[in-house]
Amino acid sequence: MIPFSYIRAGSADEATAAGKEPATWFLAGGTNLIDLMKETVERPARLVDINQLPLDQIETLPGGGLRLGALARNADTAYHPTVEADYPLLASAILAGASPQLRNAATNGGNINQRTRCYYFYDVATPCNKREPGSGCGAINGVNRIHAILGASDQCIATHPSDMCIALAALDATVQVTGPAGQRSIPFADYHRLPGDNPSKDNTLQPGELVTAIDLPDGKFTKNYTYLKLRDRLSYAFALVSVAVAMKLEGGAISDLRVALGGVAHKPWRRPEAERQLLGRAPDDAAFSEFADALLDGAVGQGENDFKIPLARKAIQRALRQAAAGTPQSQVDKRIA
Amino acid sequence: MSTSTTASSIGQPLSRIDGPAKVTGRAKYAAEHAADGLAYGWVVSSAIAKGKVKAIHEEAARAVPGVIEILTHKNRPHVAWFDRSYRDQVAPPGEPFRALYDDEIKFSFQPLALVLAKTLEAARAAAALLRIDYIQEEPNTDFENSLEKAYVPPKKRSGIPAPASRGDAQKALDEAHLKVTADYASAAHHHNPMEMHATTVIYGSDGALTVYDKTQGSQNVKSYLVGVFGLANDKVTVRNPYVGGAFGSGLRPHYQVYLATMAALYLKRSARVTLTRQQMVSHVRRPETFQSMALGASEAGGLQSIINSAVTATSTFEDYQENVVNWGVGAYRCADAAADYKLVALDTPTPGDMRAPGAATGMTLFECAMDELSYAVGVDPLQLRLLNYAEVDPISGNPFTSKALREAYDIGAERFGWGKRPSEPRAMRDGNELTGWGMATGMWDATFQKTSARARISANGGLEVATAASDIGTGTYTIIAQVASETLGLPTANIDVKIGDSDLPASPIEGGSWMAASSSAAVQLACQSLGTRLFEAAQDLDGSPFKDIKFEAVSFNDGRIIAKDDPSRFLSITDIMKRADLPSLEVVETAGPGLSGMVSQVKKARATHSAIFAEVKVDDELGVVRVTRIVVAVAAGRILNPKTARSQIMGGVVMGMGMALHEESMMDTRFGRPMNHNFAEYHIPVNADIHGIDVIFVEEEDKEVSPLGVKGLGEIGIVGTAAAIASAVFHATGTRVRKFPITLDKLI
Repeated sequence: MIPFSYIRAGSADEATAAGKEPATWFLAGGTNLIDLMKETVERPARLVDINQLPLDQIETLPGGGLRLGALARNADTAYHPTVEADYPLLASAILAGASPQLRNAATNGGNINQRTRCYYFYDVATPCNKREPGSGCGAINGVNRIHAILGASDQCIATHPSDMCIALAALDATVQVTGPAGQRSIPFADYHRLPGDNPSKDNTLQPGELVTAIDLPDGKFTKNYTYLKLRDRLSYAFALVSVAVAMKLEGGAISDLRVALGGVAHKPWRRPEAERQLLGRAPDDAAFSEFADALLDGAVGQGENDFKIPLARKAIQRALRQAAAGTPQSQVDKRIA
Repeated sequence: MSTSTTASSIGQPLSRIDGPAKVTGRAKYAAEHAADGLAYGWVVSSAIAKGKVKAIHEEAARAVPGVIEILTHKNRPHVAWFDRSYRDQVAPPGEPFRALYDDEIKFSFQPLALVLAKTLEAARAAAALLRIDYIQEEPNTDFENSLEKAYVPPKKRSGIPAPASRGDAQKALDEAHLKVTADYASAAHHHNPMEMHATTVIYGSDGALTVYDKTQGSQNVKSYLVGVFGLANDKVTVRNPYVGGAFGSGLRPHYQVYLATMAALYLKRSARVTLTRQQMVSHVRRPETFQSMALGASEAGGLQSIINSAVTATSTFEDYQENVVNWGVGAYRCADAAADYKLVALDTPTPGDMRAPGAATGMTLFECAMDELSYAVGVDPLQLRLLNYAEVDPISGNPFTSKALREAYDIGAERFGWGKRPSEPRAMRDGNELTGWGMATGMWDATFQKTSARARISANGGLEVATAASDIGTGTYTIIAQVASETLGLPTANIDVKIGDSDLPASPIEGGSWMAASSSAAVQLACQSLGTRLFEAAQDLDGSPFKDIKFEAVSFNDGRIIAKDDPSRFLSITDIMKRADLPSLEVVETAGPGLSGMVSQVKKARATHSAIFAEVKVDDELGVVRVTRIVVAVAAGRILNPKTARSQIMGGVVMGMGMALHEESMMDTRFGRPMNHNFAEYHIPVNADIHGIDVIFVEEEDKEVSPLGVKGLGEIGIVGTAAAIASAVFHATGTRVRKFPITLDKLI
C-alpha cells in the first residue's frame, strides 16, 4: 500500500469538488478498494471518505418506486421490509453474494462500482489493460475460467462481479449521481460499459461524479422471479453464471419479462429485444430454449471458460422455469430448485 | 502403580487446555511477539519464473521515511557455502533454496529483496516502489505437457520407501479375466493455513537470538539456522508455542525465517518477516500428481494384477518425493504388483509434504480405480474390498500389529445404510437431483519417533511436563496433559505443559501422524520415572507407610501415593516434597522404538485404516454437487481424546472434500505463475459445502504399535475421502471424472 492523503467530505458538494482531482477515490465501505490498495492495484493519491454523507436512507419515492441510498449497507438493503416485500429479486441477489460480514460493510454505491475479479487485474506482476492501459491482456490465452463469453474485446475479457447489479439490471433501476456539472440520472443499462478499447473504464461516471442513490421503479415482481447463481463452491464465490429473472404472467402467457445474466460479461447482460420476443408466449420449455439462444447469441469462449456457454444456456432455462413456477431459488438451501 | 479414571484421564473428551488462551488472544503467534526497535520486513517477490535479476532500482524505496535497509543478493551478509548447511530433517535430495543468494530466478514469487523499516506500513510502501529489471527466460511450469520428461529420481529422499513391486504384474495382467485401466490426475494444492508464515527474531543484548517462527519443528529450524548462519548452539533458541495450522507447510524452514534471521544479524536488532496470503503460494505445495493404473481381476473380482505408476512435480533444484504408489500396491491382497514413480522438474518452488503426502493423492486415486473395477466386475464396491482384504501386509508379507479395517467397513456401512445402495448409476433421483453413494478405503502409516520428555514436580505439587513438540492445532498440549494426569494422578489444573521451544528435550517435527504416539510415550515414561522417584523419597521418610511395600503395590490418585490394599496408608505428594525437603524433583526420559512391547517395523506392519462412505446430490442439468453425508469409520488404535481426535478427522474429511471438488492451483504456464493466489479464488470448502460428517472410532487394541497403543490421526481423515466422493458422483451421474477437482463444468 502506498501512502495517500485522506479527507472526510462534509457534504456531497465537497465530495464531488475533491473527487474530480486526479487519482482521487471515494471511500465508502472499502470492502473492495482497500483490498485493491493493499495489492497496489489501486494507488490513489487521495481518498475522500463519504461515509458521513446522509445517503444511507431507503425510502419510498413520491411517484412510486423505492430509493436506495448509496451509503445504505447491502445487508440493510436486503433485509429492508419494503425490499423484501416488493423487490424480493433484489434481496435474493444481494444475499447470493459475498459473506454476512462483507454485506454488513459494503454499500449499495460501492457494490455497483466494485471492480472485476480477473486474476490478472489483481496481480501487478502480470499484464492487464484494465489496470495498466496498453500492457496487454493476461487473461486472453491465459487462466480464464471466470471470464467473459459476451461483449468482450481483444483488449479485455473481464467480467463484472456483482450479484446485486444483475438484479438491478433486470429491475430497470436508475442510478442517481451528482457531480461538478450537477445531478443526473443514468438508466442502469447505461451505467456499466463494455470494455471495447478502453477497458480501464468500468462505467459511465464522469470525473468527480458521486453515486447518491439507486432508484427502483414501481413495477413489482413479487411472484414470478428468481436469482440463480452457479459457482465453484456453494457459497462465498463469484458467479460463473448467474441469472436474474423478473417475469409477469397473465392468462397463461408471459406479459412482462426481464432477464439479466451475471458472470458472463463486463456488465450485466440483457437483450430487451429477446425479452420482447417472448411476450404473449406460453412459459414453456420451447419458449425458454429459444430465449436462451437469443440471449447468448454471439457468445464466444476463451478456452477454459468455454463451458460457460452451455452452462449459461441451461441456467437461463432453469431460472425461467423457476420464475414461471413461482419457485424462486433459495439463497439458504443450496439445492437448486 | 495404577490410577483411577477422572475427567482428564486418557480417553476422556477433555477440551483443549490451550483453548482459552487461543480464543482470548493470550496465545501469541509468530508475528505477534513484540520487541523494542523491531525492524519490519516486507518481502519483494519475483514477477517472473525464470531468468536473472538485471537491476534493482532502490532509490524511490530508500527515500520512504522509516526505511532502514533493503537487503538483496548484492548486499546480503555472508551465508554458508555448502548445500549441506541448508539441509533440514525432512529436506529432499538436491540444493535447498537460498533466498537473496545470487541473481538467479528459479520460480515466480521468489523473494528478491527484503525491505526493512521502522513500521510495517513504511516497509510495505517502500516495497511497492522497488523496481526490478529482469532478464527473462522461458519457464516450464506445464506439468501435464511435461510427463514425457519424467525421470526416476537418482537420489532417494530419506524415509520414502522405494516403489515396491512383486511377482510379474504385466504377465498377470495379460492373463487376467478382467482389466481396468485408468489415468487420473490431481491438481497442485496450496496448504493455506490460517496463520501465514511469519518469524519474529528477538535480538538479545548479548547477541543471542530468540526466534519465534511458524514451524512444525523448533529444533529443525534451530539446527538449520545454526548451519546457515554459523551460529553457536547456545546463541539461538527457536520457539513455536502456538501454530495457527500448518498441514505440513511448516515442516521445513522457509525463507521467512532465513530472511528475518539474516536481517536481525545484519542490523543487530530485532526483526520480523510476515508473508502475505498471496506469498503463501511461494514456498511449498502439494505437487501436481498423475497416476496411471491397470488392474487385472478374476471374474469374481479377485485382484490378479496391479500396475501403479505415478508422476509428481518437483522443482529444478530439489527432487521432492513422496510415497504415492505403494499405497495402491499395498492395500489389497494380490500376488503380482508393479509400482513405478517418477518426477517432472518444473520452474516452481519445491513442493512439500501436505497432509497425508503421497497417500492423499496416491491412495485416493487408486481407490478411484478400484471403484471402476467394481463396476467392471459387477460387484458392490465394498464387497470388492472385502474380497481382496489383506490379512497381512501385501508388500512385506508381515502381519499387522492390528488392523480393524474389516470392522471399520462393517460399522461404517451399517451407519451409512450402504446395504440399500442400488448397484446401477443414476438409480436414485429426487427432482432435479441425482443421488449417489460411494465409498473408499483410507490408509496411513502408524509411525513412532524417538522422543524425550522432562517431568518436574515442585514443592507445591505443581507438575511441569516439557518436550520440544509442536501443537499445530491438533491437540498436543491437551493429550500430553491427559497422559501426565493419568500417570501421576494429578488434575490437569496442576499440570503445566511446555512445548514449542528448541531448548526443551528433543522431539521430532510434528508431522506424519507420529506426534501423539511418540510424545505420549515420552511423557508417560518421564512421569512414571518421576513417580518412582517420589515413591523412593516417600519410602525414605521417617515413619513412611510404604517401608515394607513395593512400587507396584501403590497407586497415584488425587495428588497422593496410596497403598492399593490399604487406602488408609497414603502420603500426599506435597507432604513428601516438604518432609523430604525437596524444592523440586525432575527427570528426563527418552522413549525410543522398542519400548515396552513395541514391535519392530521389520517384523510387523503398522498402519491406520479407515472406511469412508459419501453421499452426494448432483443437479443433473447444472452439475452442481452437494456432499450431503459422510460417514467415516477409523481404526487408529487407542484414542487419547475423542474430542480432539474427532476434530482431526473432520478437518481431514473437509480437506478431502476440497480436494474432490474445489482445490486447484491455477497455473499460467506462459508466465509460470499460479494466478488464483488468494482466498477469494483459491477455493476451499465453506460451511455451505459441508453437511453431516459422522466420525466413528473403531475399537482397536494394539499393544505393539506404541506404548499407549496410539496410532495417530493427523492424516487418515483426508486419505480416500475424495475417492468416496468421486465414486458417489459416478454413482449419481454415470459420469466418471478422472481429473480432480470435480468442478461443475466436468459434469454438464
